Amino acid sequence: MDFTLKIWRQENAAVKGKFVTYQINDISPDSSFLEMLDQLNESLIDKVQKPVCFDSDCREGICGACGLYINGRPHGPDDAITTCQLHMRKFKSGQTIVIEPWRAKPFPIIKDLVVDRSSFDKIIEAGGYVSVNTGGVPDANSIPIPKANADLAMDAAACIGCGACVAACKNASAMLFVSAKVAHLSLLPQGRVEAKERVRKMVDTMDELGFGNCTNTGACEAECPKEISLTNIARLNREYYAAKLS
Amino acid sequence: MTDLKAKIPEGPLAEKWTRFKGNQKLVNPANKRKLDVIVVGSGLAGASAAASLGELGFNVKVFCYQDSTRRAHSIAAQGGINAAKNYPNDGDSVWRLFHDTIKGGDYRSREANVYRLAEVSGNIIDQCVAQGVPFAREYGGLLDNRSFGGAQVSRTFYARGQTGQQLLLGAYSALSRQVNKGSLEVFARTEMLDLVVVDGKARGIITRDLATGEIQRHSAHAVVVASGGYGNVFFLSTNAMGSNASAAWQCFKKGACFANPAYAQIHPTCIPVHGSFQSKLTLMSESLRNDGRIWVPKNKEDAEKIRKGTLKPTDLKEEDRDYYLERRYPAFGNLVPRDVASRAAKERCDAGYGVGTGLAVYLDFADAINRLGRDVIEARYGNLFQMYEKITDENPYETPMMIYPAIHYTMGGIWVDYELQTTVPGLFAIGEANFSDHGANRLGASALMQGLADGYFVLPYTIQNYLADEIKTPRLETSHPAFDEAEKAISERIDQLFSIQGTKSVDSFHKRLGAVMWDFVGMARNKEGLQQAIDQIVQIKKDFWSDVRIPGDKSELNPELEKAGRVADFIELGELMARDALQREESCGGHFREEYQTEEGEALRNDDQYRYVGAWEYKGADQEPVLHKEDLIFEYIQVKQRNYK
Ligand SMILES: Cc1cc2nc3c(=O)[nH]c(=O)nc-3n(C[C@H](O)[C@H](O)[C@H](O)COP(=O)(O)OP(=O)(O)OC[C@H]3O[C@@H](n4cnc5c(N)ncnc54)[C@H](O)[C@@H]3O)c2cc1C
Ligand code: SF4
Ligand code: FES
Repeated sequence: MDFTLKIWRQENAAVKGKFVTYQINDISPDSSFLEMLDQLNESLIDKVQKPVCFDSDCREGICGACGLYINGRPHGPDDAITTCQLHMRKFKSGQTIVIEPWRAKPFPIIKDLVVDRSSFDKIIEAGGYVSVNTGGVPDANSIPIPKANADLAMDAAACIGCGACVAACKNASAMLFVSAKVAHLSLLPQGRVEAKERVRKMVDTMDELGFGNCTNTGACEAECPKEISLTNIARLNREYYAAKLS
Repeated sequence: MTDLKAKIPEGPLAEKWTRFKGNQKLVNPANKRKLDVIVVGSGLAGASAAASLGELGFNVKVFCYQDSTRRAHSIAAQGGINAAKNYPNDGDSVWRLFHDTIKGGDYRSREANVYRLAEVSGNIIDQCVAQGVPFAREYGGLLDNRSFGGAQVSRTFYARGQTGQQLLLGAYSALSRQVNKGSLEVFARTEMLDLVVVDGKARGIITRDLATGEIQRHSAHAVVVASGGYGNVFFLSTNAMGSNASAAWQCFKKGACFANPAYAQIHPTCIPVHGSFQSKLTLMSESLRNDGRIWVPKNKEDAEKIRKGTLKPTDLKEEDRDYYLERRYPAFGNLVPRDVASRAAKERCDAGYGVGTGLAVYLDFADAINRLGRDVIEARYGNLFQMYEKITDENPYETPMMIYPAIHYTMGGIWVDYELQTTVPGLFAIGEANFSDHGANRLGASALMQGLADGYFVLPYTIQNYLADEIKTPRLETSHPAFDEAEKAISERIDQLFSIQGTKSVDSFHKRLGAVMWDFVGMARNKEGLQQAIDQIVQIKKDFWSDVRIPGDKSELNPELEKAGRVADFIELGELMARDALQREESCGGHFREEYQTEEGEALRNDDQYRYVGAWEYKGADQEPVLHKEDLIFEYIQVKQRNYK
């Protein structure tokens, strides 16, 4: 398959970036999107040019490192997958593909398609945990948890912290990400103990870091590779107002 | 001369760990604040150790090359984590887990270490549940278990097909809590490039900030390496793209012995290779072998028709299929250990019965779907089936999956004693980076257990036995000449890499190395092939250092430079792996020497001559490394030929 690629190139955060067009041919439909970029980079190195920088590590949709804005959609045209799980068979030969980094103020560009998502870590550091030390905890089976709750908690805990929800949102809101952690922990008895304090601290930190407000457009849910549900945001809001009232 | 002292505590096996803890030196709370610990790696081992050390009151610095500690390679583990809880009441115990692990490792691990691992395994599950890890549960609300290869009991805890992710996020949350408390500082997108040794003790590291290229110095009272395994020596493996051996390799060059480098594990159930542009291999969790049946056609003609696409696997009659694992190993069937299952697949494919490209066998769920219903299978493996379909464009509910073995895990690693300390005082190694508990073969769901055992429950104790003597040691200024020297060496190496300005990309060398490793140091090895491998690797090293091309420059984000440093180290480690495989004239676990097998093609150990840990000592760039041997003494387990029939 042959493609025309329009890729965002930017040396670093301080300088302006621009789109550069590349032609790439003979790509196998079984090749993944990132393997297609690997091949582009090999050809650039051949021509003594700088390869395109992008993040990836596990290449199986679980680490959350990869994330490209492809033809106007975070993680590309396929649903419920990460960029590394996208395959070229989803495109038509001859097609033009536009590739950009996540664009959101709290995710400054480092270089080309690589952005700094450390603000997500800061939100978790503010309270995304159960405050237990190593050792001295009760036997695992001493706390029975209804399977339905455990399953819902697992659904929320599946978030990989990729940031597609923020990139998809016109307000650059991080509500889906934050709500996934809040919901995961507040659905479990272990996490209930600190539920109020947690939601307050996480939401306040999110606001301080410059993420925008949630206006319920649902763009985040539509683009989330792990299908994190908007019901988590509803749960977060309930928790947050309850915390504010108490 | 390096002396391998395992420092195994006296006393009966079951009491060694308790006795050790009762007698070891501890650091009092006021002194902990004066002590700094560096942890390289934020996977299960590194994150759990760092969080626990922070909770105890030490000042901790954590390093990882990813942009966040939450993305360490542990996140990709799918299947589960073992623990001797015996919740299903099916006869499990600490002793049985200990026994299974020693046997699974083909009697090439230390009894005392493995016993301790089994002993603390239950605490791990308690700890993770307390953190909010959403393990799978039964309708009664209690934890669910499944079984894994090499065991006849169900002792594996899991969180859908994302166990590693959930365990790592648990450890990451504990680590984040310590960041919030100020006891722990994170350096993400930062790579360790060298170890700094002062007066024979590990006192710091040199790092590179990957975003800016800045070289930095960090000093501490102890350094913990938790940098994971070295499976990427083979280029294609199930490891993450960035997984590397460089941190461990620099420790080796600074005096830490490297043990059993030849022990690499090949996982039997990976998605087969599909093209030369492929960047990595995807694992299909071993848990699938609980319900999937592995087969190839009984007749070569059918196999050929299937490869040509003129026959569909679903059209092949039951009696024309060869369920070769069930046939050869009736007692364990599809659940034989990984090395056995992998070699059996290779044997069938080499004999001409392979499907797909010829290097693939079937993993079939039709029986399980008929027996249990599609819903049950979907609940158990839904996300794995989906992942398979995304990659291959085939629906495993309707046609059998195709699988083939791939490099997955490395049992070898930095040599450590019972206290997880290396041959360099003050340098500790935990998780996959050390060689410790799995012998010549690791059982499924035991790596997560070991990483968390080391990090939560072993290292936080044993490191104090060392640090207790360091409370009067003042913080080391990073202006110390040892730092100057180490930084100079690193800068020179980076400059040298750029100065080559050759014609070939880093990846092209990595692929060449990988091909040699897979062909000669892979699933089946022999003397001639290993010697050939060493010659070829020496040549690859020469070519690399004279013809590699690295674009861009050093003071920016430069993935080609990062890869170049890693590949340079992989080349050297590859050579050591071949040397180690050559000296070990026996077959054991993941190390299969074709010259040493039984008539039925099973691995043939030589306990009289090779019942030792082979630990290599670095002697300088132009000299051959020296092999030291730590004899393995079995006092509690009767050493037998492994038998899964
Ligand atoms: C696909 C897959 C599935 C698996 N499934 C299972 C399973 O179901 N059950 C099981 O028990 N095991 C499983 N394993 C094995 C298990 O996941 C690993 O052995 C284990 O997670 C390793 O953990 P670790 O903490 O030692 O290292 P890792 O998780 O590999 O972490 C290494 C850390 O070191 C850092 N690092 C590396 N080099 C440097 C450097 N030079 N400088 C700075 N930082 C560095 C990295 O950034 C990372 O944070 C699986 C492995 C794979 C590949
Ligand atoms: S909620 Fe979804 S899109 Fe947002 S970070 Fe998590 S996985 Fe990514
Ligand atoms: S590279 Fe890990 S999710 Fe894509």
